[in-house]
Amino acid sequence: MESPFRSEAAAFRFLLISIGAFALIVVASWINPWLGLLVFLLLVVGAVWVYLRARAPSLPPERIERVGPADERRVLVVANETVGGEELMSVIGEIALAGRARFHVVCPALNSRLKTWTSDEDPARAAAEARLDATVARLSSVGIEARGGVGDADPLVAVEDAVRLFRPDELVVSTHPEGRSNWLERGVVTALRERYDVPVTHVVVDLERDAS
Amino acid sequence: MTAHAEATHDHHGPPAAHQSSRVDARVLGMFLFIASEAMLFGSFFTAYFFVRVVNPGAPEEWPPEPYHFPVFVAGVNTAILVTSSFTMHWALQSIKRGNRPAFLAGMVLTFLMGLAFLLTQVVEYLNVGFNTGDGAFASVFFGLTGLHGAHVAVGLTLLGMVIIRGFRGHFTPEHHHGVELPGIYWHFVDVMWIVVYSVVYLI
Repeated sequence: MESPFRSEAAAFRFLLISIGAFALIVVASWINPWLGLLVFLLLVVGAVWVYLRARAPSLPPERIERVGPADERRVLVVANETVGGEELMSVIGEIALAGRARFHVVCPALNSRLKTWTSDEDPARAAAEARLDATVARLSSVGIEARGGVGDADPLVAVEDAVRLFRPDELVVSTHPEGRSNWLERGVVTALRERYDVPVTHVVVDLERDAS
Repeated sequence: MTAHAEATHDHHGPPAAHQSSRVDARVLGMFLFIASEAMLFGSFFTAYFFVRVVNPGAPEEWPPEPYHFPVFVAGVNTAILVTSSFTMHWALQSIKRGNRPAFLAGMVLTFLMGLAFLLTQVVEYLNVGFNTGDGAFASVFFGLTGLHGAHVAVGLTLLGMVIIRGFRGHFTPEHHHGVELPGIYWHFVDVMWIVVYSVVYLI
């Protein structure tokens, strides 16, 4: 959600909303102090609801500068718990077989909103690092060298950070199937396609099916 | 397989600035400053509500007899301050469109209205009929309104600098960050006054 003080225009809008909100609170308080308190609480709950439901503003498209040898594909792999999934390994293997390629795997440190707000991120980062290590080791076992890192809990921010350092010319995003994927519900894949001018391959990994 | 990996690429010099917070560093700085200011006001409001509500010896009437707050004068002052936010917004929109006369007019009007607010508050203090030693209610009244007045004074300083720079030809439709940031601060000061006026004078 856009911060109410992100820009002068946003701050001005916030001022107008504040005037309206406090006018309601004052009028309600004049009728009955408890009604005023109730209106205040309702407005706070409404503000929190709007904040939680609002999506971050979409960012303008970005052109990724091409670096490295012309015959080499630079592939950025972004994955959550699905990072070790069979479907993802298969896609990475196909890319590696098709020609010279460099792989950089990003595992966002998935965390709850409450834990993020309270800076309780160490367990999430440790879990992401463990997933990353296992994936790199598995790729290495089939002859594919890859490096990577733990990213921000927000996959879009994690990709943005990785893009600035790695400069990929292809993105591979791994998610759970539709209906079980928080990233798909949030439109992460669509946002990445709109944001970057490189091909984005979406891989659906069904961990339940892989396990059975 | 010929695949291998490197986390870095053939790039000379440091990488591009880390921008994943998606907020301009200067705006982020102002936002964090305002967040700290909100916490400062929050501590004063805590003291106010303690004195008025939680305190077992809180007076039945607010303010306690025989004192009263100049609600009407403060209401007029509120209208002046809120109007100054409109002129501030107009000034910024004008410079974004390259309309320098309107920008300067908006800034001067904003400054004058802010100054009128502050001077009216000084006159209000002189005629309010009580002082900080007349009880806890007076302390929190002067504390809250005085804290806000200090912020208005800081805002006027910022607006004054924008006006001076504006008359010296600074700011263009492309470069007006020096107007944007004082504008954010000024609106924040207005929002805080809306809260102060509602809570202290009206409720």
